[in-house]
Amino acid sequence: MINPGKMLKEVLCSLFRKPVTVLYPHVKMEMPVGFRGAIKFSPDKCSGCKLCMRDCPTNAITINKVGEKQFECEIDLGKCIYCGQCVDSCFKKALEVTRDMELAQAGKNKGKLKVTHR
Amino acid sequence: MIKELFYLLIFPGFLFISAFALAGEYIDRKLYARFQNRVGPPWFQPLADLIKLLAKEDIVPCDANANMFKLVPVFALTAAVASIIYIPLWQSSSIYSFPGDVIVVLYLLTIPTLCFFMGGWYSTSLFARIGSVRTLTQLFAYEVPLFMSILSAAVLADSWSIKDIVNFYNSHPGYLLFNGIGFVVSMIALLGKLEKTPFDIPEAETEIVAGSFTEYSGRLLAIFRLTLDIEMVVGAALISAIFIPFGLNFSPVPAFIITVIKIELVIAMLSLARTIFARLRIDQMVNFCWKYVVPLALTQLLINFLIKGFFR
Amino acid sequence: MAEKRKFTIPIGPQHPALKEPESFSVALKGEKILGVEIKLGYNHRGLEKACESRTFIQDIYLIERICGICSHSHSTCFIQAVEEIAGLQIPARANYIRTLVGELERVHSHLLWLGVAGHEIGFDTLLMYSWRDREVVMDVLAELTGNRVNYGINTIGGVRRDISEEQIKETAKAIDILEERTKYYVEVAQQETTIIKRLSGVGVLKHDDALRLGAVGPTARASNIARDIRKDDPYAAYAELDFKVITDNHEDIYGRTVVRLLELMESYKIIRQVLEKLPAGDICVKAPRKIPAGEALSRYEAPRGEDMHYVKANGTEKPDRVKVRAPTLANVQSVKTMLQDRNLADMPIVIAAIDPCFSCTDRMTQVTDLADNSRQVWDWEKLRSHGIEWYRQRGVDFTALNNKLKQRL
Repeated sequence: MINPGKMLKEVLCSLFRKPVTVLYPHVKMEMPVGFRGAIKFSPDKCSGCKLCMRDCPTNAITINKVGEKQFECEIDLGKCIYCGQCVDSCFKKALEVTRDMELAQAGKNKGKLKVTHR
Repeated sequence: MIKELFYLLIFPGFLFISAFALAGEYIDRKLYARFQNRVGPPWFQPLADLIKLLAKEDIVPCDANANMFKLVPVFALTAAVASIIYIPLWQSSSIYSFPGDVIVVLYLLTIPTLCFFMGGWYSTSLFARIGSVRTLTQLFAYEVPLFMSILSAAVLADSWSIKDIVNFYNSHPGYLLFNGIGFVVSMIALLGKLEKTPFDIPEAETEIVAGSFTEYSGRLLAIFRLTLDIEMVVGAALISAIFIPFGLNFSPVPAFIITVIKIELVIAMLSLARTIFARLRIDQMVNFCWKYVVPLALTQLLINFLIKGFFR
Repeated sequence: MAEKRKFTIPIGPQHPALKEPESFSVALKGEKILGVEIKLGYNHRGLEKACESRTFIQDIYLIERICGICSHSHSTCFIQAVEEIAGLQIPARANYIRTLVGELERVHSHLLWLGVAGHEIGFDTLLMYSWRDREVVMDVLAELTGNRVNYGINTIGGVRRDISEEQIKETAKAIDILEERTKYYVEVAQQETTIIKRLSGVGVLKHDDALRLGAVGPTARASNIARDIRKDDPYAAYAELDFKVITDNHEDIYGRTVVRLLELMESYKIIRQVLEKLPAGDICVKAPRKIPAGEALSRYEAPRGEDMHYVKANGTEKPDRVKVRAPTLANVQSVKTMLQDRNLADMPIVIAAIDPCFSCTDRMTQVTDLADNSRQVWDWEKLRSHGIEWYRQRGVDFTALNNKLKQRL
């Protein structure tokens, strides 16, 4: 069976429907719960085992010792691929994923997140 | 002298028709987007595109014939702008109406197509050459039915002047009903002339990049784009004047408004057509035109001859 | 039309019809294609080599990035091989979740293909609609796995995320919407005249040719070859699920379109069964960091066809060798046969109809010396020194960076 203009009806209906385009960034978009966005580091939980550094596929995460049982974490957002492997590798749950996905920065060095012990 | 210059350059000439063409492009693009459930461009987008292109660098290919390459877009634009002079916009007569102006408009509308061919040919790029050959092949397929369908309406009105055709159909609206086939045929042919889907074969972007326009950039491309828009408006105006001539015998202001609405309506129909079809191949397009569209146009011509013989 | 001369036009490496760089030199006479020369290698990324210098866990994420569309296919295929070497028994629930994500990925890949095919034949409306509906399955994937494209759900020994009851309900709802839409697209593809005109009788690949050229996936199934790894060599949970292998005897692009669309319907069936049967239990078993020495070959039915991974382990944390055979490599040769004596206008849709993924395919780069027209394949060291030299000439020196990297490793 052939039917030229099969989509005509659908197309005309669309004219009176609201467009599905989301006018991002004027309209905020919410990512689902459990979305793998920026990595959050809690310095007080970190034991400095550096398993996350070992497993990170892109060497984006660095843990440095700054004092007795005090560690700082530096994440290069330009290198991070947001796979969340470091979160899985961490036994102390010092790392967790957030839903934050608006991470674009102007400049290479601005993309480095550094979290130190307060 | 000043009056003529005003007609040519400001209204209804270059300035007005350019603005109208950009508005036409906006309507086309917005509708196209809304048909596809998208938001579409803001109202100034066609103008912004034009200004952006005008500000960019013209690049002429080394092997191209530089003079021809630069002149051809201007030819195309001139022909398209000139044709608006013979289209009635606010009264049944155009500014320089004369017996035979319908044929002149049709010829003036052919010149841009020939210019696309020459521009593509002289840019010596392979993609442009394939595109320009396709332009010409397509021209032979749609031009015959376009002429026949417009002229069959003229045959019934017994005149070669747009003014007389408009006046005739306004005083005998019943005869318009017989022109239904001609209207459909001329719409199909106009789609081919404007190189819109399903007949955008000469500039099929997934096949031959941009066809004739592949090597064009900057101001020259802007002129070509403007030409296509003006061609669309003039073509739509011609079809609306001949097949739906109502309102042109009113006083100028309402007549003008009605004409604008009619033109936008024809443009809306064109964008609907390009929404719901896929692009045909060049052989399928030529086949379709000669197998179905030309016989339809011939039928229209025959019907109009018979009506003319029996009823008038 | 007018020209009698034979001439050659380059389709690619940069061309609007191709979404990835790959070169097709087309010899034309008028609009007729006399011959096609395919040159691969514009997108060689050295992924296999890079795998050897990373641990197995890091490799999962690297392998996943072989392809942007069938990322789950590649990572599952790789992990199956690793698990076989390590002798790991995967929990049933993990197998079902892998199947679920795999089928959702197939849905998103086939809907994406439908849009691309529409675009190649100048039917942008189909593109806009099918990609709009594809967003539904993308949202489901983002919800289930945490990412829209490179899901990162697999890990050695199972999966990384469990599925909650609520997510099962949400997924089932999304599948209902998608099924309805797919039914509509089947109707459109089977009825819209211009689509049929552009697709049927184009890109013909006869049954025997398909066998001889080793076509895989929907390309082969449209030539009436009932070959599907999910059925022939079941992996994950497919052995326990009920589904049909869709074949078609049109042998052309129309057939391939119908096969893909009907496969979507089968995928919905599979997803429903998975959601229903999802067994309780663990999602992961503990995997050793050092994989014992051994080798394994693993097969997976990716949306584009059969995907094959060969992994050799040497008892360390890093693999000795990883070899990937992406489905496009098997299919790309058939393009030549499909295009012979066809129209230039069919070129984009014929290439698109095998659903090519060129960056997955490229394994080497051939270097042609323009001075004496000699061709050679560069090895790793030569490529490396050339790269360093190329950047040094432009004022970028990597020596310091290299030393820093060595210190860290």
